[in-house]
Amino acid sequence: MDILFLLIPISLIIMGIAVWVFLWAIRSGQFDDLEGPAHRILMDDDDPLIPRRPQLKDDDD
Amino acid sequence: MDMSAQPDCFHCGLPVPPGARYEVEIDGQAQPMCCPGCQAVASAIISGGMGEFYRYRTGKSVRGRELVPAELDELALYNRDDLQQSFVQRKAGEQREAALILEGIVCAACVWLNERHVKALPGVLDFSVNYSTHRAHVSWDNQRIKLSDILAAINAIGYHAHPFDPGRQEAIYAREKTRALRRLAVAGVVMVQVMMLAVALYAGDYDGMDATLRHFLRVVSLLLTLPVMLYAAQPFFVSAWRDLKRRQTGMDVPVSLAIGGAFAASAWSTLTGSGEIYFDSVTMFTFFLLAGRFLEMGARHRAGQAAEELIKLLPVTAARLDDSGEQRVPVADLVPGDRVLVRPGESIAADGRVIEGCSSVDESLLTGESAPQQRQPGDLLVGGTVNNESPLVMEIEQVGEATVLSAIVRLLDRAQTEKPEVARLADRVARWFVLALLILATAVAWWWWKHDPQHAFAITLSVLVVTCPCALSLATPAALTAATGALTRLGVLTTRGHALETLARSTHVIFDKTGTLTEGRLRYQGVEVFGDVEPDRCLEIAAALEASSEHPIAAALRAEAACALRAESLTATPGCGIEGTVDGQIYRLGIPDFVTALRSPESELAGPAQAPTGVVLGNEQGLLAQFEFADRVREQAAEAVAELKQLGVTVELLSGDEAGVVRRIAGQLGIEHFQSRCRPEDKLARVQALQAQGAVVAMVGDGVNDAPVLAAAQVSLAMGGGTQLAHASADMVLLSEHLPHLPAAVRTARRTRAVIRQNLTWALVYNITALPLAATGYIAPWMAALGMSASSLVVVVNALRLRR
Repeated sequence: MDILFLLIPISLIIMGIAVWVFLWAIRSGQFDDLEGPAHRILMDDDDPLIPRRPQLKDDDD
Repeated sequence: MDMSAQPDCFHCGLPVPPGARYEVEIDGQAQPMCCPGCQAVASAIISGGMGEFYRYRTGKSVRGRELVPAELDELALYNRDDLQQSFVQRKAGEQREAALILEGIVCAACVWLNERHVKALPGVLDFSVNYSTHRAHVSWDNQRIKLSDILAAINAIGYHAHPFDPGRQEAIYAREKTRALRRLAVAGVVMVQVMMLAVALYAGDYDGMDATLRHFLRVVSLLLTLPVMLYAAQPFFVSAWRDLKRRQTGMDVPVSLAIGGAFAASAWSTLTGSGEIYFDSVTMFTFFLLAGRFLEMGARHRAGQAAEELIKLLPVTAARLDDSGEQRVPVADLVPGDRVLVRPGESIAADGRVIEGCSSVDESLLTGESAPQQRQPGDLLVGGTVNNESPLVMEIEQVGEATVLSAIVRLLDRAQTEKPEVARLADRVARWFVLALLILATAVAWWWWKHDPQHAFAITLSVLVVTCPCALSLATPAALTAATGALTRLGVLTTRGHALETLARSTHVIFDKTGTLTEGRLRYQGVEVFGDVEPDRCLEIAAALEASSEHPIAAALRAEAACALRAESLTATPGCGIEGTVDGQIYRLGIPDFVTALRSPESELAGPAQAPTGVVLGNEQGLLAQFEFADRVREQAAEAVAELKQLGVTVELLSGDEAGVVRRIAGQLGIEHFQSRCRPEDKLARVQALQAQGAVVAMVGDGVNDAPVLAAAQVSLAMGGGTQLAHASADMVLLSEHLPHLPAAVRTARRTRAVIRQNLTWALVYNITALPLAATGYIAPWMAALGMSASSLVVVVNALRLRR
């Protein structure tokens, strides 16, 4: 069981990193909108990769 | 076009007027549109390659409207550096940033559409929309794109963006939220770790554990709990200290005492290597309390933000008239005595008097009166109201803080700060409980110190922990949070903690007619012709006359008639009606006096037997027809009223409208008590009279003028379509605008009250039975901790039943 004396301090360091990541996420505004991202994931911008129908050829973007 | 299958506009969902032929091809299918505005918006969306929007959206969009050149000029004003100072942040080089309020966001797909569209503009560096607050943040390169182009681009896809100054309040909210989140994060992560160690220690108690390892685990637990005590739990200690300084005992006092006491005892046990530790309870308790307060704070902030949006009612710029002519100036620069030109469709910038022109003004936001009000030279104009018909020149009399609008906001602020009195009742009861508990604990400590000093500390701790009003303090918030969540899913937003408790007790539900029971839009009801004319022909002529008018009646007529005819040389007389030529004949549409004035004296056509009262159509030969308009009651309004009555609630209707209209609507819905032509003061008086008789009044309103009444009622509800101010002052908001949710909310509120009572009873019974056992030394501290957690768990599980 002596290994615990090493493993627990390591777990504390990992915990410290986890807290730091959390604080960083809060600072960078990831918790500002708690509703939008859940919906946003459903509407990805990958559709232009799918071939378009010919009548939208005049599309200029 | 087939009249029986009237399609709805694919973009905004409003019915397509007969004869209208606006179509846009979406996903290979021609879809009907109701107006050129919607058509333009839908084409812009499709040609931008964003047609997926229509597949993903979950709500119908707001009706599209193309900008007239004057409005584009207005947008260009936002490019001026002096105006930008108030809301634009300058970054390095030409990079600029601004916050925008977005109008028209109905679902998450709108967010996607806006972000995709604006981000694609060359020169826009970043654009992000916050779905919860309907705010956007834009940063752009001023050399490559102007702010007005960004705003125009947002307009092109059917939304409206107003730049705004986030202000001081907003900054405070943001800081408060960040701080609460950080505390929550620290408490949460630590809680998980400490619990893990606690499981090991409990297992060790049964199977035996190496003493060194046991001591090591306890020391680690102590070290882990330190940041929770020193940082995460700070708000409880600060507020408890504030209470003590004022010689009060709020809920935070026993909470602090329990957290602090348990920590101190555990720390002592750890350092001396004897006794129980409660680090797991300490961290868990802190985390759950913080989580509850975070959710409560979110609801409070949302309400506050809505109030701040009221500034949107006032325009940013105004056209000041001076010797050199007209000049666009920021509203903040206006001083009393300035002469200002207000064009039709513009908002009035400040309070003042008309000096030139004659027009009608829409004051519905302030007075709730849906019909436009006539204004002539000498009449008062109120800032924030909208000029409807023709240009007005006004002289400014009051600006800024002195205006009626700011007075209403102040009134509201005061009403809001006075209100939580009801909510504090629960805390006051708890105060006595807490005080009694503290005295008892001291007595127990003193008695045991005299008789058995060795066990005094453990027993006192047991008493404190076992009677810790955790269950008691969780009983109400847990039930309220669960019920609030269930109601939010229904589309009923609770912005105040006390709203549910009060709603459960309410004996009267009072409706404000405009916009709450009705759709708030005039609808065509029918036509009565005088003499030998076709009703449909009259309708067509009337629709042609009103083809380009913004009047509410015009919209109702256009929705009904085919646009087959064209009217020429149209002239509108404000407050009277409109004149125009259709097929070579001069017609007038409007109030009877105005229309009969057109009639030539020699005409022989017989007029109606009775003097008409509504909107009439006539030509030189005399009156032709009279049109009936009415506001239709909302779907299922009658069911909602009947259901409320079944719940034993008296339903009343106080309205600012005419007696006839109010009687008709009350009759349709089966409301026995109603009053018509009520001014806001009358409504307030009625509410106060009812309250004096001991009634608990729930007020359902929607206008800014309702705000003081909403604040006076014990509990207030606003309809989601109502103005932002009503949201701000209302305790609950019916986002769904679905009236049957009102009785559902009352029912949930009553169930919540029942659960709160069960919870409080349970907590009290538990405390009363556990207390003597603990005081006599039969309960070890670990049993006390277990009992405390179990009783809290029972309370929470009971509350969770409300989610169904």
